[in-house]
Amino acid sequence: MNKVLSYKPFGEQAILIEWPQYISDQILEDLLRFKEGIQKEKSHFIADYIIGYHSLTLKYKTPILNYTAEVETLKSIYKKDATSKKKPRFLWEIPVCYDLKFGIDLEEMALKSKLSIDEIRSRHAAKTYTVFFLGFLPGFLYLGGLHSDLFFDRKPTPRLKVPRGAVAIGGKQTGVYPCSSPGGWNLLGKTPIQFFDSTKKQPCFAKAGDQIKFKPISLAKFYQLEKEVAENKYTISKTLVHD
Amino acid sequence: MIKVLKASFYSSVQDKGREGAAALGVPVSGAMDAYSSNLANRILNNSETDAVLEIAYGFCAFEFLTETTICISGAHFSPKIKGVPVALQTRIRVYKNEVLTFGQNVFGARCYLAVKNGFLTTAILNSRSFFQGITQQTFLGKGDVLPIGTFTNTIASSNTSVKIRNDHFESQRIACDKGPEFDALSASQKEILARQVFTISNDNSRMGYRLNEGIENTLPSILTSAVFPGTVQLTPSGKVIILMRDCQVTGGYPRVLQLTNTAINQLAQKKTNDTFQFVLKS
Repeated sequence: MNKVLSYKPFGEQAILIEWPQYISDQILEDLLRFKEGIQKEKSHFIADYIIGYHSLTLKYKTPILNYTAEVETLKSIYKKDATSKKKPRFLWEIPVCYDLKFGIDLEEMALKSKLSIDEIRSRHAAKTYTVFFLGFLPGFLYLGGLHSDLFFDRKPTPRLKVPRGAVAIGGKQTGVYPCSSPGGWNLLGKTPIQFFDSTKKQPCFAKAGDQIKFKPISLAKFYQLEKEVAENKYTISKTLVHD
Repeated sequence: MIKVLKASFYSSVQDKGREGAAALGVPVSGAMDAYSSNLANRILNNSETDAVLEIAYGFCAFEFLTETTICISGAHFSPKIKGVPVALQTRIRVYKNEVLTFGQNVFGARCYLAVKNGFLTTAILNSRSFFQGITQQTFLGKGDVLPIGTFTNTIASSNTSVKIRNDHFESQRIACDKGPEFDALSASQKEILARQVFTISNDNSRMGYRLNEGIENTLPSILTSAVFPGTVQLTPSGKVIILMRDCQVTGGYPRVLQLTNTAINQLAQKKTNDTFQFVLKS
């Protein structure tokens, strides 16, 4: 897509690369293509690649000595056509129990909107969401694609403890709490899937560019899957996405 | 092995932190004052990646279950072995069952205890740095037994010690670069940032320091983007927050300044009610 990008130094050891300021799948695709290009040529020098909605930040292993020259190198990498094979992308199916037992804000959400509780549930489960990046908490996925009928302001006072696996909506975003944490999002369900396990070689199954779909399950099914997950017997259903 | 006889608040095992895990949303962590922790490791001829203990708030005690050589650096918490005061920044030979205590604070906020060949608690995602949800432990607790590296060649105590320049602890000038959103600030906001003497509030931790003084803010939030230790954020209500080693990897507040590596280490040795000024590098 070759956009005009802006490059800014970010302290002594990082460079911030910004796309036009909006959220779109095209920007994400371009950003991931650029990131893979940089990874191929500069992986020895870069410690971390931090993706935001419209930004890619490169954290170098040591302070950057010649910023201008470094930006020129990056620009030339951006111009190159990524003809190489892209990393495989997956669509992950995440079972979610939208029962009122877990969806403790569903009744209030229905009151605040024109939708019934069932409509909120079905609209949330109907969409395929794009993983833009991970941040906020280890294994927290920033998802794009929430239906505008489901935009709900954050709660005025955050809860001290939102449980691990809570599926929630905060403003224009939806997400899953990967661990128990204080949080101000509206809770509409819970998944038995673990989004982050630091002891695993791959602590989080999903990565930027993947897709997520929520599949409604009953309370009984939730407890069954929770047991399977605990016993390491559950495999998340995934489909290879071609684009 | 070293046994924790008495734990102080917020003490933890730290090394250089987790490089390469930011894409998973995992904070960097690592010693708050990397300068002092590196110095302690260097005096022991350790590898720079060896893990040390970060001690905040003094008043704690450790028993050595094996003999080793140690070095204490950073803040002064009146360290004593068998009740006898010991120097900072020097090699000290310790023997089995000797007890090392830390007490009253003399200067600084965080002290580092390095042992020959480092602490060997479990490394997760390439680092031993404690962090909630990543390592099993978040802070040290009474009764913990920490594995340490073994060594065969005896290193004697040293009679000399390295001196850290006072300004590492006392300087009120915190050097920084412009942050990505600096240029969106108005001239008067920039002037306040440069001239205001800021005070560290009691809301300060390994995650970040909130400052008492605010700046009237009209900047909108940004689309979630990278933040680092040392990033200075300006919230919509005008509060100033300096992110520290355990900060999140992304944030949505405008990033107005970015502290230098040296400045982060200096700030790590400041505590509630300490004051400083931001000094923009030209």
